[in-house]
Amino acid sequence: MNKEIIKIENLKRQFTMGSETVHALKGVSFDIQEGEFVTIMGSSGSGKSTMLNILGCLDQPSGGAYEIDGVKVKDLSRNELATIRNEKIGFIFQSYNLLPRTSAIENAELPLLYNSKVSTEERRERAINALKLVGLGERLNHTPAQLSGGQQQRVAIARALVNNPVLILADEATGNLDTRTSYEIMALFQELNSKGITIAFVTHEPDIAIFSNRTIVLKDGHIIKDQTHEKVQSAAAYLEKLPKEEH
Amino acid sequence: MRILNLLKIAFKAIVLNKMRTLLTMLGIIIGVASVIAMLAIGEGSKESIRTTISAMGSNMVTIRPGADDKGPARGSGGDVQTLTLSDYNHIKEEATLLSYITPVVNGGGQVINGSNNWPSTIYGVNPDYLNIKVVGLQSGSMFTEAEVTSSAKVVLIGQTVVDNVFPSIDDPVGQMIRFNNIPFKVIGVLEEKGENTFGQDQDDVVIAPYTTVQKRILAIDYLNQIMASATSEDDAPEAVLQVTKILRTRHQLMATEEDDFTVRSMEELISTFSSTSEMLTVLLVAVASISLLIGGIGIMNIMYVSVKERTKEIGLRMAVGGKGSDILMQFLIEAILISITGGLLGVILGLGATIFIEKFLNWPTSVALYSIIISFAVCAITGIFFGWYPARKASALDPITALRYE
Ligand SMILES: Nc1ncnc2c1ncn2[C@@H]1O[C@H](COP(=O)(O)OP(=O)(O)O)[C@@H](O)[C@H]1O
Ligand SMILES: [Mg+2]
Repeated sequence: MNKEIIKIENLKRQFTMGSETVHALKGVSFDIQEGEFVTIMGSSGSGKSTMLNILGCLDQPSGGAYEIDGVKVKDLSRNELATIRNEKIGFIFQSYNLLPRTSAIENAELPLLYNSKVSTEERRERAINALKLVGLGERLNHTPAQLSGGQQQRVAIARALVNNPVLILADEATGNLDTRTSYEIMALFQELNSKGITIAFVTHEPDIAIFSNRTIVLKDGHIIKDQTHEKVQSAAAYLEKLPKEEH
Repeated sequence: MRILNLLKIAFKAIVLNKMRTLLTMLGIIIGVASVIAMLAIGEGSKESIRTTISAMGSNMVTIRPGADDKGPARGSGGDVQTLTLSDYNHIKEEATLLSYITPVVNGGGQVINGSNNWPSTIYGVNPDYLNIKVVGLQSGSMFTEAEVTSSAKVVLIGQTVVDNVFPSIDDPVGQMIRFNNIPFKVIGVLEEKGENTFGQDQDDVVIAPYTTVQKRILAIDYLNQIMASATSEDDAPEAVLQVTKILRTRHQLMATEEDDFTVRSMEELISTFSSTSEMLTVLLVAVASISLLIGGIGIMNIMYVSVKERTKEIGLRMAVGGKGSDILMQFLIEAILISITGGLLGVILGLGATIFIEKFLNWPTSVALYSIIISFAVCAITGIFFGWYPARKASALDPITALRYE
């Protein structure tokens, strides 16, 4: 019962800046099945973020076709794209992007504010559950300033989970974190993935990619490698092996 | 998104920037406060004019010689001599809507008692005068019809005259005074009335039978004025028409000719003064509107800053599913909340200022509910109007561009 969450076909994206045209994506095709944990790798400027933004319906491709969870994204209006982002996608950013001076609960429940089907009580309950899931059950009313980088990213992950998305997209989600915290976050992602959540994770660190079951490598807007890992490493195990005194 | 959530977000944004928001509100606060205080002063003076005029006798009808010269005519009818005692007699006979009527002749002169000397005005009237002017007596009594017929040398005087001419006597009834060297016996003292709204001392008067004043002081046979009382306030306009008709017939005026006299009810006098104070109100409101406008521009400015500062937040909200309309509403409601809160503080300040003016400056004030309602509505509209463009700009942002904004 393999279900295609993402299906892209010859995806292109170019940016025009004055007289110059930058071809960030030059025709990319791949599918992502439900339950996959895909890392997207490549050097800086290879087009990773551009692709993730399109996958996340934040940006529209200049050419090619894109389907998410059976919905053709091309030609959708701004509002329809917003609804897809709200209902199907959870986004995680390198710089967390939490609302300052706002509690973890309020940050986590943000996507549900834009879903009128969810009542206030349900919204709160789901935000608390998501925060418990990422291990912040004791930090519900802390503001970002009162949380460490890793904890802030956990709040962001809770925010991405709260709407039960079909797909979680992360752009360099461990980019601002030290090794230990990065492993902790990757362990969390693996745990979520084991519960069936599909993840596309952009990173340029090869030692992060080993925790996924597939790696797509981009270079200059082309896919140069698409590899499924036979043996997925456990981030939790790596965490164990880290010398204790580092913390 | 639900309005309650939007309100929460807006409220939070405001609370997080208390000082800045308060400074922004200042324009609105001052605008609203001045509208309310100024309208209260305007209404108050209007009411006080009305009260003064009513105290002068709200049924009063005055008949003056000469064509209507517009404005609040006062003093003698000048040199116009078209009003006569026979006019008075005819009106008294024929007008059915008048309950009291008196001829009036008046002139200035010196009131003298020994070495005390005071310039005043003598009014020659009949006993109806007290009923028309609604004025009572402190002591003594009014002269009689018989005393009118006999041109008796008797007077009633107001408190100001008493104070100046009889400084050491409690009750001057029975004393003698001289007016323009003619001796009069004081038979009564009028009730104190104080100044009227126009600053005129209503106690600086001498009242005598009109026959006496006509013959012994002014040496005239015409009248300066006729004063009357309509049977009721409601009857006053009809009474004016009635008197006009009688006089036109009496004066044998052709249909094309204008009246050579002026008949006025108090109601007309009130509206004359009201229109003056209404113009003042319009002026005050114009000034206040300008400060509201400035307040509105302040809101627009702060909303621009707010949108700019929170570009990243807008990007995030859009990334998690916020629609353009959600973002628009968020900032619009924030603007409206600022302006309405400003309006509320303005109302409080305005009421405070009104109480202050009433208590410490002793100006009459009257707060009209409509001024509060209008101020509030204007504030909300100001918020919508000046918040719209920045909010619109925020909602049109591209999510990625906004997210990347530093
Ligand atoms: N909004 C944009 N306008 C112009 N050029 C852009 C824009 N976004 C990305 N690019 C260009 O597209 C290329 C790919 O960028 P990006 O996807 O951000 O790379 P990566 O995330 O892999 O580092 C780069 O050459 C970048 O300069
Ligand atoms: Mg990138």
